[in-house]
Amino acid sequence: MLVLQVASLVLVAMGATAVILTRNPLRQSLSMSLYGLLLTLMFFLFQAPDVALAQIAVGAVALPLMILLALSKVKQNERDAAYARQRDEKASQGERRDKPSSRKGQE
Amino acid sequence: MNARARLLVFALGALLLGGAYMAALSQLAPLGRGASAYADILNRVCVRERHITDVVTAVNFDYRGFDTLGEEFIMFTAVMGAVLLLRRGKDEVQAPQEDELTSRRGRRRSDAVALAGVVFTAVLLLFGSYVITHGQLTPGGGFQGGVIASTALWLVYLSGSYKVMRQVGPKPLVEAAEALGAAGYALVGLIGLFQGAAFLQNTLPPGSIGSPFSGGTVPLIDIAVGLEVSGGFVLLLLTFMEEVLEIRLH
Repeated sequence: MLVLQVASLVLVAMGATAVILTRNPLRQSLSMSLYGLLLTLMFFLFQAPDVALAQIAVGAVALPLMILLALSKVKQNERDAAYARQRDEKASQGERRDKPSSRKGQE
Repeated sequence: MNARARLLVFALGALLLGGAYMAALSQLAPLGRGASAYADILNRVCVRERHITDVVTAVNFDYRGFDTLGEEFIMFTAVMGAVLLLRRGKDEVQAPQEDELTSRRGRRRSDAVALAGVVFTAVLLLFGSYVITHGQLTPGGGFQGGVIASTALWLVYLSGSYKVMRQVGPKPLVEAAEALGAAGYALVGLIGLFQGAAFLQNTLPPGSIGSPFSGGTVPLIDIAVGLEVSGGFVLLLLTFMEEVLEIRLH
């Protein structure tokens, strides 16, 4: 039992370091999910099954999922903003072609 | 703040935290021994006094039931806060029905994923209900079971679609479950008051040891917390999914 406990502690320490060293947020959400599983194993081996049951659902599934959804929203907003910029640029170019005289007058 | 000043602040903080941490570690009891006197007493009297075989649940929902009521409302408030923050802003509009993310860029879901999802949705629901209703007997309880049961709906999305998920878990129902659960815990506390005892005091008959109906008020609180937690987690997921799939910048 003690060997397993020590092994789980080492795995958790290595897993936490791996999560920190993963710099890409998308990959980090996956490495954190694995880290959640390692924590679950550790809680179980230290005879805390009540905590392990909560950890396996929250740490391995819920938290990474929330991060994935948040990342997806950030990307979507960036795409939408880029699209809106393009649209505005096109519109202003069209305006310039339509009324060259009025623009000249302003200048 | 330049790099050197930052490093100095970090070094100071790390030194203080590290010192305090080491001092705390040196005071720890050796591994596997040295449980507190309180733990020893509870381990001895819990089964005899309350007919509850999972002492952790007995501490959470009975001996320290009032503290857990506060914790339950922390979670309730946290979920409400997230929902409030993610409400629709003035610069946001409803996304078109056929969003590219809704149809996952037109790719079909594999039959294997769909089948596994259907099977495990049932398994997770059943296991979640089991963990909720057997909190006083085996490890687990309302919180753990609630979280496990809530993952069932996420599988509905994975194996079905966003639309099916919204049909299976309509928002009003989810909100009602969360509110009922949160209120239910406090209402169970009133049972003690009506019987002339303290708030949340376990005054119901303890039942026979090992039976699903043993433990007095504890199974009732388990069910209330199970409703609150599964409702809260599902509401959080629905709100996040809505934000990604239904709401776009103007």
